Amino acid sequence: MKVMVSAFVAALVIAFLAPVVLDQFGWSSAEQYSSESVRLD
Amino acid sequence: MNFKIFGAAVFVLATLLFNPGWAEEAPEVDRTSTGGAQTLEDIMARQAQMEVDETFRSENLGDPANAAPISDELGTLGGRSDADAWRGIRYNELDPSTQVRGPAVDVLIQDGGMSWYQLREGPVIAYGGGAILGFVLLLVVFYFVRGKIRIDGGPSGTKIERFKAIERFGHWLLAGSFVALALTGLITLMGRSFLIPVIGLEAFSTLAVGAKWIHNNISWAFMLGLVLTFCMWVVHNIPNKLDWQWLKAGGGIFTKSHPSAKKFNAGQKIVFWTVMILGFSVSLSGLSLLFPFQMPMFADTFGFMNSILGTNFPTALAPHEEMQLSNIWHSVVAFLMMVAIIAHIYIGTVGMEGAYDAMGNGQVDLEWARQHHDLWVDEVQAKQGKGESS
Ligand code: HEM
Repeated sequence: MKVMVSAFVAALVIAFLAPVVLDQFGWSSAEQYSSESVRLD
Repeated sequence: MNFKIFGAAVFVLATLLFNPGWAEEAPEVDRTSTGGAQTLEDIMARQAQMEVDETFRSENLGDPANAAPISDELGTLGGRSDADAWRGIRYNELDPSTQVRGPAVDVLIQDGGMSWYQLREGPVIAYGGGAILGFVLLLVVFYFVRGKIRIDGGPSGTKIERFKAIERFGHWLLAGSFVALALTGLITLMGRSFLIPVIGLEAFSTLAVGAKWIHNNISWAFMLGLVLTFCMWVVHNIPNKLDWQWLKAGGGIFTKSHPSAKKFNAGQKIVFWTVMILGFSVSLSGLSLLFPFQMPMFADTFGFMNSILGTNFPTALAPHEEMQLSNIWHSVVAFLMMVAIIAHIYIGTVGMEGAYDAMGNGQVDLEWARQHHDLWVDEVQAKQGKGESS
């Protein structure tokens, strides 16, 4: 049970980390579809 | 009573088989009267939802060799009339040059969208959803016919370790992410047909954005879980002669016998390889959908198939077409996997007494283990006798 819950938490942690890490490599959708100069963030 | 339910299940499955999902091919048309251009019959056939062979115009793109010399009067369009050029645009056969930079900018028209959409909204939902419902129904019938598989003579009360913590972690990483992917995938696929009419556009929009976020990002946990479980369990899943005996005895499911098995029996090996092969394939097509311009896969796959099987699949695919194919493949494979996993979840929970503990706390009843995995118990006890851990 403890192992099961920690695996579910790990799945969520991975999900939240994934876009951050992909961003580092320039693999974000914003990066693919627009250039720096037109982005608002 | 049970037979009535069984009959109903067979009926539901049979009606699925006779679903008129495929378009009829249009009859051959004589186009001499139009000089090879489209005729009224072509238009009527298309309106009747028939499959029209479009090569008469998609391949009629003019011939540069026929170009009039530039010195001629009003020369020259280069062997291609305006109509030829527009047909080229229509079928994405023209090679345009553009100053716009970015992926897929040289695709002016790609017309696969409508047939992709119809396939996805029609047969994919009908057969995929039908398979899941039909299978759940079959399992309900199975439960009533066969009942829960009990431990003969009841549990012994002594426990034996079946899966270490890391094994259970890998399993639940895989299972938790798979269930999340299945639910969010089904919302994405079926939301337009089944949820928008009920909860409205605005609520569905929020739900769909959330489902997409979860689906895209939790996929990495699934892939990691797949790799972990593969590495830990592949040695126990190599098929051998024993599996054949197990299969011939039908796993003892109906005869209520207990054919011999090591750590995993033949049924479990089938689950293992189904999960690994389909899981790998669904991951690849998913990655291709996440990174369509970096990881197109169908063109290469088709090329490979053509070289081996001598088939004639197209190998020049626009990114849109790559995505349409990946999307359909992704859903078909995912449905197959969901059906297999529903059976797996059934046997791991309500279907068999004592099975859940193996993934719950890792400790199973010794009597359960003797009945379902006798040779594995012998191995573990022999090792323990020698003072090693399992
Ligand atoms: C969510 C509910 C699930 C439950 C209750 C469950 C339960 C179990 C149990 C009890 C076992 C061990 C069987 C034994 O002791 O021999 C097992 C094994 C396994 N599970 Fe699951 N599982 C679930 C979901 C999944 C999912 C979603 C996947 C894959 C996508 C998966 C893949 C596997 C594999 C590959 C094995 C090893 C082979 C086998 O025993 O069939 N499981 N599961």
